[in-house]
Amino acid sequence: MTLLVVRDLTVRYAPGVPAVRGVGFDVGAGEVLGVVGESGSGKTALALAMVGLLPPDARVTGSVRLRGEELVGRSDAELSRIRGRDLAMVFQDPLSALTPVHPVGDQIAEAVRIHSGATWPAARARAVELLDLVGIPGAARRARACPHEFSGGMRQRVMIAMAIANDPVAIVADEPTTALDVTVQAQVLDVLKAAKEATGAAIVLITHDLGVVAGFADRIMVMHAGRAVESGPVEEVYRRPRMPYTIGLLQSLPRMGAAGAARPAPVDGASPEAPAAGGGCAFRPRCPVAVDACGGRDPEPVLVGPSGHTAACVNTEATADPDAVFPLPDAVPRPARPPRRERPVVLEVDGLVRHHPLYRGTLLRRRAGTVHAVDGIGFDVREAETLALVGESGCGKTTALMEILRLARPQRGSVAVLGQDTAALRPARRKALRRDVQVVFQDPFTSLDPRMRVADIIAEPFAAHGLRAPRGRVRELLDLVGLEPAHAGRYPHGLSGGQRQRVGIARALALEPRLLLLDEPVAALDVSVQAGVMDLLEGLRNRLGIAYLFVAHDLAVVHRIADRVAVMYMGRIVEIGSVDEVYGRPAHPYTRALLDAVPLPDPRLERRRRRVPLRGDLPDPTAPPAGCRFRSRCPRYAALGAVDARRCEEHDPMPRPMSTDRESDQWAACHHPLAEAGAGS
Amino acid sequence: MAAFLLRRLANYAVLAVAATSLAYLLAAVALDPRSNFDDRAPRPPESVVDARLTRLNLNDRTALAVRYGTWAAGVLHGDFGRTWEGRPVNAELWRRLGVSVRLMSPGAVLGSALGILLGAYAAIRQGRAADRFITFGSYLLLAVPVFVLAVLLQIVAAKANDAMGMHLFAWVGETSPGAAYGPFGALGGLADRARHLFLPTVTIAMTQIAFYSRYQRGLMLDVLHADFVRTARAKGLRHRTALLRHGLRTALIPMTTYFAYSFGFLVLGGMFCEQAFGWHGMGEWLVEAVSRGDVNVVAAISCLAACGVLAAGLASDVLHGVLDPRVRSGAAA
Amino acid sequence: MTTGLAARTAPGRPAGTPSPAGPPRLPRRIARSRRAVAGLVLLAALFAVAFAGPLLSRWGWDDTDFTAFRQGPSARHWLGTTQSGRDVLALTLRGTRRSLVIGLSVAVLSTGLAGLVGTVAGFAGGRLDRILMWGTDLLLVVPSFLLVAVLAPLLGGGALVPLLAAVLWMVGARSVRAMTVSLREREYVLAARFLGAGPARVIVRHVLPQLASLLVVDASVNVSVAVVAESGLSYLGFGVRPPDVSLGTLVAAGQGAAPACPWPFAAAAAMLVLIVLAVNLLGDGLRDVLDPEAGPRRGDR
Repeated sequence: MTLLVVRDLTVRYAPGVPAVRGVGFDVGAGEVLGVVGESGSGKTALALAMVGLLPPDARVTGSVRLRGEELVGRSDAELSRIRGRDLAMVFQDPLSALTPVHPVGDQIAEAVRIHSGATWPAARARAVELLDLVGIPGAARRARACPHEFSGGMRQRVMIAMAIANDPVAIVADEPTTALDVTVQAQVLDVLKAAKEATGAAIVLITHDLGVVAGFADRIMVMHAGRAVESGPVEEVYRRPRMPYTIGLLQSLPRMGAAGAARPAPVDGASPEAPAAGGGCAFRPRCPVAVDACGGRDPEPVLVGPSGHTAACVNTEATADPDAVFPLPDAVPRPARPPRRERPVVLEVDGLVRHHPLYRGTLLRRRAGTVHAVDGIGFDVREAETLALVGESGCGKTTALMEILRLARPQRGSVAVLGQDTAALRPARRKALRRDVQVVFQDPFTSLDPRMRVADIIAEPFAAHGLRAPRGRVRELLDLVGLEPAHAGRYPHGLSGGQRQRVGIARALALEPRLLLLDEPVAALDVSVQAGVMDLLEGLRNRLGIAYLFVAHDLAVVHRIADRVAVMYMGRIVEIGSVDEVYGRPAHPYTRALLDAVPLPDPRLERRRRRVPLRGDLPDPTAPPAGCRFRSRCPRYAALGAVDARRCEEHDPMPRPMSTDRESDQWAACHHPLAEAGAGS
Repeated sequence: MAAFLLRRLANYAVLAVAATSLAYLLAAVALDPRSNFDDRAPRPPESVVDARLTRLNLNDRTALAVRYGTWAAGVLHGDFGRTWEGRPVNAELWRRLGVSVRLMSPGAVLGSALGILLGAYAAIRQGRAADRFITFGSYLLLAVPVFVLAVLLQIVAAKANDAMGMHLFAWVGETSPGAAYGPFGALGGLADRARHLFLPTVTIAMTQIAFYSRYQRGLMLDVLHADFVRTARAKGLRHRTALLRHGLRTALIPMTTYFAYSFGFLVLGGMFCEQAFGWHGMGEWLVEAVSRGDVNVVAAISCLAACGVLAAGLASDVLHGVLDPRVRSGAAA
Repeated sequence: MTTGLAARTAPGRPAGTPSPAGPPRLPRRIARSRRAVAGLVLLAALFAVAFAGPLLSRWGWDDTDFTAFRQGPSARHWLGTTQSGRDVLALTLRGTRRSLVIGLSVAVLSTGLAGLVGTVAGFAGGRLDRILMWGTDLLLVVPSFLLVAVLAPLLGGGALVPLLAAVLWMVGARSVRAMTVSLREREYVLAARFLGAGPARVIVRHVLPQLASLLVVDASVNVSVAVVAESGLSYLGFGVRPPDVSLGTLVAAGQGAAPACPWPFAAAAAMLVLIVLAVNLLGDGLRDVLDPEAGPRRGDR
């Protein structure tokens, strides 16, 4: 039964720029429609238009029908009787989306009371039921807690509980898992699935993550510049995408499952903020198969496959073979270098510790304990090699990077850069050493001084070291990172995210460092832009022989660029080894869980996977569990007998080699590793 | 927990002691009570002057440290010394404090409450006529110093009295002599007090409204488009209900910080009001004391003001804790 | 005085993310702010009237017209005369000059002090920071009215400006310190430090330009606070002393007779209100332009 029918929906903000242009779709009971698009594609405006929560200066035309009832053009009073009862919404950021000052139980109870007129006690009882349903332990007690006392995943569960409070007919979920770590994302998606089954609601899931859609949605709609450019059943669209933009998105994804050789294809340029007026297909400037006919007017969706698979493209003949549109580039050949063991060590970290005091309370500030942000980690990085530090938020990976960057004496342990112990450095030596160690930050919007021109930003390293930038060096660097000479005169806010990150990279490369520390360099970028920046980093490493320490949470990105990977959990490295070994035969249960939780952008693979989701949340960072820190969430520990389990409870596991093979350097800190059986193979 | 509260209080106590001592020393060095005798005709003999000044602990020929010691010893026993006339400072201090509190509190309470409501209302009606009117009004009012506002209101009241041909508005002092013994007895006295309180209250309330409405409007605009207001609407609340139940409640929290700041504003405003409306409160007393070189009074008032400012700070902290569960549970790092 | 102290910083608001206020072209952006333009125009007009006006008037502020006591406006005295036969217009212009000059100089001094103490405390951190901030708190707790009222007569007329500056810098210093601390942790400042830039370079290239806008706004607010503070003190008899006049003494002198003879009071009061209004408008406009995170929100200019 079709519950939600959207036809020709257009959203226009005051100056007349349409954010959504003529979008239409149907969603049936118990069906999930995944709406995918990059930033600026209009997907959030679409969500808000459906529930009538756009800012007052937005103009909505077209039709949204819920069970045949028209919603567009209704007054706030009429809509508020429908919102929350028949049509519910789950927002992206559960911290800002919940009122900070009211207990969550009351917030859910309010949703119940508005529509049912229940008494407060009855509504509160129902709220506890709902919290229990979405898997919040100790629901009756937790209902009295305020949002800040919950973790991100738990807050999102609260949002879902609120959405299903009145058994809605349809749920619109706008990026419900974007702010969450992968293991928590998997949990929340399970809750959403359970909620769908409990209510039989139609779900519109809006996301930028093709992996989430692959695992969760029945149908997909791809948005670009405010238009639905392709839609159809998930499997069909992933297998035979026909709109060049969809092809580009799919081809640009780094894939963990794929054979290591193929690289994702970069799609040039950014999603246009506003399509050229009357200028035809908005993807034309980035489209490799554009023809003259694309310039006429917006292409209409045409049927290109079974079950209503449509693509809005005039040149669908050319898109039958995805690889012909955006060919996957061949792997860049790595120049032959001596084996790892013979290459010089660029960075050596041993027993590095960084604890910091945690204060709580603003009225009564008191020291609540010590956060063991980095608690004794060790690794080395050799020339022309990339070591990735991966882990979920709060695992200490960025703290570790910052400690190395300080080039000062650590609280405990040692850091040696190019053979020089940072604890023993004099200020002049330290400054000189900074020429060889450079950094690229995560957020290209905050890491460039907004008041400096690109040329000055890139030349700053020279000035900082009292040097004059050699003539033409800025141009050379711009060229090196794929920017135009014209960009030199711009300010950062005149550049796109990808371009800014390239400026950041150019700045880091200016002094020809030997070690580059990268803190989530592509996390803030859209996927199609990510691929280009990753290409750049890979090429630079191969050409210049720089060593990278690459901090990231995205395992697919790491798989692509890293030679070796170190997995961190609560300030410790739980597993380290070559990418092939760690991804292929993870030894630590946490590594296994992380890899399992990453959604694969392939519906068939994704749905076939059997995964054991991690339980619960990260423990309190000031009081890690005794023995093994991962114990509280470890699926393997849960299955152990009492004798084996005691080892986990009493002894903190130290990293040890997982194989006797001389070629292998896989180490894991686990008493009962997963892959030990295969040791020596 | 209690230990931390104590430490905070101790820090405040140290600040109050330091501020009061500083004020005393400053006044003792800078003021010249001896000159009060200069224009007495005939000028009393030097020895009499000295004896009088010494009795009041005001003699500039005694070493400053000794004077400070004497004064501090008195203060430790809760005695702020004697006024120029030789009466105990304490008694007068409490009496004057009562006058000032009676003068200011109705205006302060009324003004802040109305200001917050008007500010929130203006934000909800952003850009409409009501908002423009409130914003413009608060802008204009903020630019009018209290003493000008007081005089303006007096002029208006005088015209009104003339127009009505009766003495409805009164603006000199706290009461008219004998009002309580009129035909209506105590009730008449009360009405007379209210009549005298009216203009000062309006003056103070207007400045407070200007201040609070401006800030509350800004804070409310912050939450107008907040995600949690949108969530509340997504639950099915009407726009205005969502704003009041979720938006205003949250936007009140930062106001507690302004509350401490506005306290100093209020005290100074009160001082000018006393001057303009002829109330014999603390402010008027301070002005007199400074002119007369009455060091003990100046120090006592400074002590009270310092304690007042710190108490307002503490109150705003506590209020913050009451309104914001993030502070209460101490989880906001 | 604490008058209007609260009118400036938003103590609860952290200095937040870096402002996108990148490119200079400042004059044009100021020109787009209706408030800033209105404030500037009004202020310029006030300056012109206050300084050029006396040239057109044949009465000096200290002249006495023994033929006209307490008269209303006439061709001879445009705004009438006072009880003692002085020209109200000339007096008011004289008072306006005093107020403007005092306001500007106090603002420059106190904002300079605020910037110095704030940046030093913010950068030094540790013990020096704590000592400086404790001193700042102490001065906030001592009644500032007392400081000025007691010391001004002792130090003579010229001391009024430094004294007012000395009691007005504290809140500014606190916000400068907060901003400095947050700037120190911004990614592009970190980036510069990790590139190898020394502290001097980091301060000059990356921190000062951001602080500059805060200081400009602080100074503009200080002008209006100083003008009100000076006139308030003079009103109570502790600021500018007779025979010299300021807007405060004029208001005080005119208020008693105001219901019957409003001119002396009204002229001085109107000037006072106009000055404060102009400076407030300018300050708010500048805040909108320079510091989009603080101050009134979008759609408000």
